[in-house]
Amino acid sequence: MSRHVIARVDELPPGTRKFLTIDRRPIAVFNIKGEFFGLLNRCPHQGAALCEGPLIGLAQSSDPGEIEYSRLGEIIRCPWHGWEFDIRTGQSYCDPKRFRAKAYPVNVEPGASVVKGPYVAETIAVSVESDYVVVDI
Amino acid sequence: MTSPIAGGVDCDLHPAVPHLTSLLPYLNEYWRDQVTTRGMTDLVSQSYPTNSPISARPDWRPAKGKPGSSLADMKAQALDPFGVSFGICNPLFGVQMVFSEDMAEAFCRALNDWLVKEWLDRDDRLRGSIVIPVQSVEKSVAEIERCAKDKRFVQVLMLVMGDMPLGKRAYWPIYATAERLGLPIGIHAGSNYHNPPTSVGWGSYHIEDYAAQAQAFQTQLTSLIVEGVFARHPNLKMVMLESGFTWLPPYLWRLHKFWRGIRMETPWVDRAPLEIVRSNIRFSLQPVDAPPDPETLKRLLDHMQSDELLLFSTDYPHWQFDGNAALPEGISSDLVHKIMIDNPLATYPRLSQPAPKHGLEKFEAGFPK
Amino acid sequence: MNVQFRAETQPGSTVQVKAAIADCDIHPARKTPEELYPYLAKRWHSHLQTFGKHPYQGMMEGPPYPKAQPNASRRDAYPPDGGPQGSSLSFMQQQHLDPNNVALGVLCPLNTGQGIRNQDLSAALASAINDWQIAEWTGKDRRLKGSVVVANEDGPAAAAEIRKRAGDKNFVQVLLLSRNVEPLGQRRYWPIYEAAEEAGLPVGVHAFGFGGNPITASGWPSYYIEEMVGHSQCQQTALASLVLEGVFERHPKLKMVMIEAGFGWAPSLSWRLDRTWERLRGEVPHVKRPPSEYIREHIYWTTQPMEDPERRDHLFDVIDWVGWEKLLFATDYPHWDYDEPTRVLPAGVSETNREAFYLNNALKLYGLA
Repeated sequence: MSRHVIARVDELPPGTRKFLTIDRRPIAVFNIKGEFFGLLNRCPHQGAALCEGPLIGLAQSSDPGEIEYSRLGEIIRCPWHGWEFDIRTGQSYCDPKRFRAKAYPVNVEPGASVVKGPYVAETIAVSVESDYVVVDI
Repeated sequence: MTSPIAGGVDCDLHPAVPHLTSLLPYLNEYWRDQVTTRGMTDLVSQSYPTNSPISARPDWRPAKGKPGSSLADMKAQALDPFGVSFGICNPLFGVQMVFSEDMAEAFCRALNDWLVKEWLDRDDRLRGSIVIPVQSVEKSVAEIERCAKDKRFVQVLMLVMGDMPLGKRAYWPIYATAERLGLPIGIHAGSNYHNPPTSVGWGSYHIEDYAAQAQAFQTQLTSLIVEGVFARHPNLKMVMLESGFTWLPPYLWRLHKFWRGIRMETPWVDRAPLEIVRSNIRFSLQPVDAPPDPETLKRLLDHMQSDELLLFSTDYPHWQFDGNAALPEGISSDLVHKIMIDNPLATYPRLSQPAPKHGLEKFEAGFPK
Repeated sequence: MNVQFRAETQPGSTVQVKAAIADCDIHPARKTPEELYPYLAKRWHSHLQTFGKHPYQGMMEGPPYPKAQPNASRRDAYPPDGGPQGSSLSFMQQQHLDPNNVALGVLCPLNTGQGIRNQDLSAALASAINDWQIAEWTGKDRRLKGSVVVANEDGPAAAAEIRKRAGDKNFVQVLLLSRNVEPLGQRRYWPIYEAAEEAGLPVGVHAFGFGGNPITASGWPSYYIEEMVGHSQCQQTALASLVLEGVFERHPKLKMVMIEAGFGWAPSLSWRLDRTWERLRGEVPHVKRPPSEYIREHIYWTTQPMEDPERRDHLFDVIDWVGWEKLLFATDYPHWDYDEPTRVLPAGVSETNREAFYLNNALKLYGLA
């Protein structure tokens, strides 16, 4: 696994997402209410750009007609067939056993430690005032 | 020919009401007079015209009277040749076609009483399905509770083509009652003709109406599954009667495929449709809509992925097979045992319970003195 | 920064399909309703603005069963320059036709004038849509071929439109919908089949449409998933009607394509129709041969939504029964239930069958081989 800095935290405010490619793998990183999640941008079903789908809540029901709607904004619907995936874990809600979107662990790292790491080898100067979003891939 | 195994259950027999006047003894005075003074003749559904070849095998068609109207014939032609321990009677008298719920109730009560007196009382092997006036859910519930006191009623009978899709919540009190009483719901081919008998309008021919039964079972199964009937009533079983079953696997593939993407519309469906079918749905054997070669049928049964789904039936007196070839060629004796004995007994709990003769509560001043 | 990031939507699939394919179900859309006006007589412009289309269902805007995605289409198929999915040829080329190597794309325009109650308007819209297909699509990209859209409830008007377009190489088939006022075999539609056979054009029957009938034989279901699964049942019944009304006996050269309703149901339906015909052929003496023979000779199926069983040997069984030569690959672009070409056919298919499935069957049927 190698770590990649992909944005400053303040460039990716809550409710936004960022698309990027690392090692030819298409990825999107989401900021959900201040927490960061990354997903491979390829639906395990037929390969659609999963991360372009809308974010909705999770509809569950313990009795027909009753709907418990929770986890608002944490479920992504694939833009093709509408399969629902949990942003946090990649867990799908159509066939939990068979399909899981590949989730990439995303951490927020304080600026100082990142600047000291591999990022220093890059020629672009980096500010230490902001936190950086780093991807492990 | 694949031989039957004695001790089985014939899950689809059709005793026939000779004429509407046969029910007069079971109607109260008001309804008796309504029938006679208004010149009501008979309630024969277009689903089964009396003289249609489908309605009776030639050698089962009596010289006089409706096919299936003679108990002696049923014994000789269906019960005895297959050595069954039980035969479940599903009367197809067209009571569901009338529009008035009061009239429907009167006819259903009379029909159920007639079945007890003229069939169940006369042969210990016979069991019955409760015909209900679906025009009124309340009256249907009351009729189920009334008839269920007689343990020889083992099922509640509905038609596959009615006023509303069967999964609609308005019907759920019927399902709740049946589940509580341990009675499966039998859904039988046929229409009450309150809607066009196909999903694309009225065809021209009886053969179209008959062939279209299979599609009606498909849409009804979708309704029952996605409306969540079995989420609310997990112990309820439903038996598709005279539905055909070879359409089932590709049908389930399609339903499963779409369910995954539109799950959020019906989030109470928390199991794959195939699982729901395996646990809650059964199919009577006739008709076997498959070519006669055993290899094809073997593949079809493999596609079904369960040997618990089929229940033996002759569909007497309807013409689905010739001679005694009710069981398709090439199935193993293990599977015959399941189809004839194990699966029906597992589906109809009352078959394993004692069932003494029982007189049903009379309908007010119903019986003649 | 040491990475790239993408500012906006990219075209969908990045998988390069090496072999050319046919896509027998593509849905081009209008950017706005006014896009059709240049092809439509002026009197209809204000008519549409004032009275709308007046279809065989209640809603002025949108479908009665809400779709699973906006415009029933993929969310990543919105053209960057605006308009609904499927409304930009250049974006369709960029996102679908080029990367998927579509050598033949058959256009099936929907939301046109089919299934509406004003028959004059229906005919006018049909003609306009056909002119629009030539001007905006088939005339600009030679890979694309159109369908002759017709006033589907008005036999003579539809026949006239077919005759008008006969011989025009921009069109490869006539387009009908599966849900109509009556089942498709009924004689009100016979002029369509006569004209199509005369013109040497197959008739495509696409899922959907409204004919004023409940979409099941037991009334209106609750959910969109029921409608989606139900296209299979509607298509089965429409096909049964075509066979049992003797359409193929009258028009031996006519070919028809069942579009977007799957094909897995075809074997069971064929077997059921054969068995029923054996019993009841006396009612329909004009059906001179077993139904399965007509189906075998006259019917093709587009593949989308592709059958998706857990076990691919089950899929192969079904395709063997249907016939590898009868399937026409389709993606349904840009609809949400789109089938990605590289993902739908499991491994284990011979080269000949693969090529037939993806391209050659279509080239042959549409006379482009």
